[in-house]
Amino acid sequence: MTAENEVIVSTEHLSRRFGDLVAVRDLSLEIRRGEIFGVLGPNGAGKSTTIRMLCGILDPTSGRGTVVGFDLARGAEQIKARIGYMTQRFSLYEDLTVIENLRFYAGLYGLAAARREDRVRFSLERSGLASRRGQIAGTLSGGWKQRVALACATIHQPPLLFLDEPTAGVDPVSRREFWERIHALAEAGTTVLVTTHYMDEAERCHRLAFIFRGGLLDVGTPTEIVARRGLRVAELEVDDAVPAAARLRQLPEVDEVAHYGHTLRLATVGGVDPEALARAQLGAQVRSSRAARATVEDAFVSMVRSEGA
Amino acid sequence: MLALTRTLAVARKELLQLRRDRLTLAMMAALPIAQLLLFGYAIDTDVRHVPAVVWDQDRSAASRDFAQGLQATGFYDFKGQVRDGAEIERAFRSGRAQVALVIPPRFEAALAQGRPEPVQLIVDGSDPQTVGSATSTAQGLAAARSPRAPQLRVEPVNWYNPDLKTSTNIVPGLVGVILTMTMVMLTAMAIARERERGTLEQLIVSPLRRSELVVGKIAPYVAIGFLQMTLILLLGRVIFGVPFRGSIALLYCAALIFIAANLALGLLFSTLARTQQQAMQMSFFFLLPNILLSGFMFPFEAMPPAAQALSQALPLTHFLRIVRGVVLKAAELPDVAGELGWLGALLLVLSSAATLRFRKKLD
Repeated sequence: MTAENEVIVSTEHLSRRFGDLVAVRDLSLEIRRGEIFGVLGPNGAGKSTTIRMLCGILDPTSGRGTVVGFDLARGAEQIKARIGYMTQRFSLYEDLTVIENLRFYAGLYGLAAARREDRVRFSLERSGLASRRGQIAGTLSGGWKQRVALACATIHQPPLLFLDEPTAGVDPVSRREFWERIHALAEAGTTVLVTTHYMDEAERCHRLAFIFRGGLLDVGTPTEIVARRGLRVAELEVDDAVPAAARLRQLPEVDEVAHYGHTLRLATVGGVDPEALARAQLGAQVRSSRAARATVEDAFVSMVRSEGA
Repeated sequence: MLALTRTLAVARKELLQLRRDRLTLAMMAALPIAQLLLFGYAIDTDVRHVPAVVWDQDRSAASRDFAQGLQATGFYDFKGQVRDGAEIERAFRSGRAQVALVIPPRFEAALAQGRPEPVQLIVDGSDPQTVGSATSTAQGLAAARSPRAPQLRVEPVNWYNPDLKTSTNIVPGLVGVILTMTMVMLTAMAIARERERGTLEQLIVSPLRRSELVVGKIAPYVAIGFLQMTLILLLGRVIFGVPFRGSIALLYCAALIFIAANLALGLLFSTLARTQQQAMQMSFFFLLPNILLSGFMFPFEAMPPAAQALSQALPLTHFLRIVRGVVLKAAELPDVAGELGWLGALLLVLSSAATLRFRKKLD
């Protein structure tokens, strides 16, 4: 086994119940070093429960797993020392300054005094936080808080980083910068497990897992997942778009019709050509059409629709 | 096992947060001072200057002499003469008097003949504390004036608190009450706050051990507890002249066990509370039996057996005996060993319960 292919996270039939509710059901995953692994799913699908089990702060009801080489059941504390964890609430001490937060987390992970100051200085520089080092964390905007939270979660250079909806409530520019930093970390060998329900973010992951109602629907690269759904997509300019969309939705070969401004986005299953289908059904109503790329969002919606039905 | 780096990181963070939280900081200094002044000045169970009226039916030299003798004790302030029972009732109802002295018609004549002649002392029983003092003072005086000298004389000699000042008893007790109040509440809230703000999850997911979290979190508060105790004892000495007769080292050692027991209890509360508000409510709920049952305000000996048994489970009950013993009576280690044992046992139980409840898991 080369370092490139080293398995960092592996689970077998991992399940977690809360009373009668099955939050995570029979989850089997493998994540390799340096991967950015996205966990996708609607709210309440079991994303956070999965992360918490993998961090060793929530015991699985059944199944097992290893994380950074330690067994989930027996090595929770060893795992904790080797991972970074960032929640959507950012979990900063809002009454401490940026640098005090960083120093605290450095101490929490047992960094000795000399190395601690080095790491804190490095993290401030790397995250562009140097000018805000003395600012009280509670007064920062969402994007800046997110930077501080990421700097805190990586202060001890963990080989594995868990990000639970890290971009919730953050502006698009900050999100973009954030993802650049995630890719830089992965490039340097950090494995990243990130949950999100932003589909554009899902496209930025190396591999994805779709979770719905606690169960795993599909795992693979974004391209693989989209390809497996066998969707073909076209964008149509149509007169009387609303009735036209209603009519198309009746057809069994249509997976989804969505409005984007004045454009209809039509997805079909079973290899049916969406442009031909639209023209056959709507005739001259179709003013123009062009083939489009099926996205992760198309695949996701398709999967959830067919499961949820 | 404790890793110093992690424990120190937590303690330093706690101090930084405390420094920014001016209100809490001010409260921790103001609370002991305010309580000291309140309890020291306002709560005075020494009965003096009880307002009294006299119904002198004899109007003789002997009756006047007896009434003046009572006034001279300082326990009574005579507000005037009354002429019948109805007037006494009016005086009691209006609060003009709490005691009425009724001297019968042939008082002087009876004294002259050496006959016992009962003098009536009517007391407003709605305040039981007054009753006891008022009657015992009058009885003492009557015995002294009695023509037939008693064969046995009981002469009470009051040790440790010769002036019978309430503050001498209250001030050392306050040390225990204030420590209970602040220590339990501060720890309960310190952890509930982390839970409320979502930072507890971040701590649980770190390699920080339970013991490191607990020690790091409570160490600053132990220091604060010692400062409060020192402040109360110093102010008690300056303002109320409460002496410190025993060993300072012994008291501070006992206080350490007591503070630790309270902090463990606060921690236990914090594992039960979901919010800071709940933690605060639990702390207040706990404070009440402490004030009522520990012997701080009411003597332990006067409580029914069930209440006594309950109060044994309160750390404050035992610490009060230690602090009063050491401060007022110069008690030494063997004198307070039993109470120290109780405190140690309570600490063990509370900290075990807190540790069992406080797991590094989310559920």
